[in-house]
Amino acid sequence: MIAPAKPPLALLGQFGDAFDFIFNEQIGRFSGGEPVGGPEQVLDLAATQLELTGLAMALALAVALPIGLWLGHRGKGELLAVAIGNSGRALPELAIIAFMAAAIGVGLLNLTIALAILAVPPILTNTYVAVRQVDRGAVEAAQGMGMSAVGVIGRVELPLAVPTIMSGVRTSTTNVVATATIAPLAGVLTLGDFIINRNVYGDDGVLAGAICVAILALALELLLSVVQHLLTPRGLRAVAAEAA
Amino acid sequence: MSSNPRVRALIAALLALALVFGVTACGDDDDDDGDGGNGGAQVIESNPDNGDIAITVGSKNFTEQFILGEIYAQALDAAGYRVEKDLNLGSEQIALESLRNGEIDAYPEYTSTALTSFFEAAPEDVPADGQQAFEESEDDFAQLDLTAFPPTEFSSANAVGMLRSQAEQQGVETISDLEGEAQNLTLFGSPECRQRIDCLLGLQQNYGLQFDKFTPVDIGLRYEVLDNGQADLSIVFTTDAQLATSDKYVILEDDQQVLPAGNVLFVARQQTVDEAGPDFGDTVELVQEGLTLPVMQELNARVDIDKETPERVASDYLQEAGYVE
Amino acid sequence: MADPVPIAQVVIHQRSGEGCIQEDRVFCPGWAIDNIDRYVDPTLQHVVLVAASVGLGFAIAFGLALLSHRRRWLVPPLIGFTGALYTIPSLAFFFLLLPITGRGRDTAIIALTAYTLQIIYRNIVAGLANVPGDIKEAGRGMGLTERQLLWRVELPLATPEIVAGLRIATVSTVALATLAVFAGGGGLGSEIIAGSNITFKTGIVIAGSIAILMAFAFDAFLFLAQRVLTPWRRAVQA
Repeated sequence: MIAPAKPPLALLGQFGDAFDFIFNEQIGRFSGGEPVGGPEQVLDLAATQLELTGLAMALALAVALPIGLWLGHRGKGELLAVAIGNSGRALPELAIIAFMAAAIGVGLLNLTIALAILAVPPILTNTYVAVRQVDRGAVEAAQGMGMSAVGVIGRVELPLAVPTIMSGVRTSTTNVVATATIAPLAGVLTLGDFIINRNVYGDDGVLAGAICVAILALALELLLSVVQHLLTPRGLRAVAAEAA
Repeated sequence: MSSNPRVRALIAALLALALVFGVTACGDDDDDDGDGGNGGAQVIESNPDNGDIAITVGSKNFTEQFILGEIYAQALDAAGYRVEKDLNLGSEQIALESLRNGEIDAYPEYTSTALTSFFEAAPEDVPADGQQAFEESEDDFAQLDLTAFPPTEFSSANAVGMLRSQAEQQGVETISDLEGEAQNLTLFGSPECRQRIDCLLGLQQNYGLQFDKFTPVDIGLRYEVLDNGQADLSIVFTTDAQLATSDKYVILEDDQQVLPAGNVLFVARQQTVDEAGPDFGDTVELVQEGLTLPVMQELNARVDIDKETPERVASDYLQEAGYVE
Repeated sequence: MADPVPIAQVVIHQRSGEGCIQEDRVFCPGWAIDNIDRYVDPTLQHVVLVAASVGLGFAIAFGLALLSHRRRWLVPPLIGFTGALYTIPSLAFFFLLLPITGRGRDTAIIALTAYTLQIIYRNIVAGLANVPGDIKEAGRGMGLTERQLLWRVELPLATPEIVAGLRIATVSTVALATLAVFAGGGGLGSEIIAGSNITFKTGIVIAGSIAILMAFAFDAFLFLAQRVLTPWRRAVQA
């Protein structure tokens, strides 16, 4: 099934067909008379992908953030935090999704947990490292003023750690969005459905799906970089800009 | 080449016996005496003239298709053609398109699928007799510059599968029994099922069933979703190994004949058939003689249950049935 | 449905539905040992995918780093561009490339290479930037040209950070290359989802485990390579 090399103008035509698929509902050649494509379906699948990503990230943050903050505050468990970060990168997402579908079951809940597992390592590692890197002087000053541990974490360490933590969140989100693309293998229909199911959507649909996924991922990344900028304490913004 | 030592011993014994019989019985090779039946298994002879002809064999995207594609591909290879495989293409529409634009030269299709999906026949009009269905489709294929070869002995159909325990509990035996229940049940099937008249579309239109939800999943997961409790109903195939080897599943009777059975036709480009000469058709018709229903289910079982690769299963079949040495 | 074994007929087995493989348990050691040769080709394909992608990614990132070494203004846009390539999910990338490069291993390699660029480039740049100013001054004082300074002083000192980037890129690429099957590029992904593998728990576990072990092996190899390349080294940063 090798696509033969096409002259440049035909290339434009293929992308043109793909955009047509996005904006106009059409009777696909393969779909046997049923309409596919169109903005409604695109937005519906995109919404599911965002929903899945959001749920997984929320779960991952709820787990990884407190652990990372506490370990970082105490200065313990560096080996663990770093090791988890490194091993997390080695997890093949496809195997996790496929195993989930075969062994545990398809569906939103199962997939959310699987994606959250993938999302935890960068957040955990970055949170730990971020808190460790907070200027000890600031921490000691706060402790000297009589702040409790929670106060120190909440009012000193966390705000100063935000840039690095957000960096981890962004990395995690990129991974989760990318993995959510293959979620249709496990029954949760995201934009990846267009890409994986050439059966139904045809070549136009596949390309359209690829374009939509790319745009979604880039837009989300842009959004998060803005969020990171806003959450960074003003005094650190110059430093953060250089580190980013 | 099976890894199971017991099967290996069996094959060795078979080959030894076949050798003895081969020496004493028919020494003739490409002798199409049309005997049919067990004793007439002929060994495929490699014809050096075929070496210039390149053939790409394709298949659709589930176990039975992988096995069939491998069988035909390996058989044609044994006959001396230069064979390439492009299996796992996708649904029937994709396979047909690949065939028509030359990406592949041939693939195995079912009469029922061809008639309902390509040639817009109504499912109840698909003949139950394989030969008849084949003849009905010949002209239609010819109009697309394609040639269909005579059908296999076995036929397969889509079916609505359910866990036996659940079917008994709900007192459901036929698909019509689902009326009134369907809106509480979830159905899982392949992505293209949504658009096929011998699948979801037919269930909706001809049976008038509205399911609570239809979830498309990879065909390979059709039994997993029943096991996991995700699916109340799942679209399965009548030739599936899982149905034959386990009591766990039951298929609902298709009382309104919306899910017709189809025999396998090897469909090839007319151009390829003309260039390839008589060995092409002879080889195809020869190797499919052994594909009875129990045999096909056995081969399916070797892949789906024993987890052997389709390639090995196909080559074992060709050897065991005596088409290849 | 056990038939007696006639001559020249297919052997029909009796299957009881019992046994590790027939019950589709999570991992069946017996089957794994008997069938391990099935995983050899996909593993080799996988190694090629990873090595080619990281190698190419390193070459390109290195070139970009050299380009931006004396032109600091290039760094932010290059980080942004490689960042965009990193953000685009690989599956989408495969199919965006499809009209241009077709299906196959090369498409997969291009997409995987693009994914590695940001981390490698960023680490090379950061490594070079972290070379202490006084060392560079000392070098210049000794009469080294800028070019000699770069190749004989700055790059060697930046090696730990560069290798750190390579390690991250390689481990990520091993995991990501499982997706190459979608682009027709083979690799371990074909033993995870192609055909009927998608329900085969033992198969998924084996293929996934090979991928994870491969990642650790590459990681260890690069770690040792760094040790060899920098004999004067201080403590390694992870």
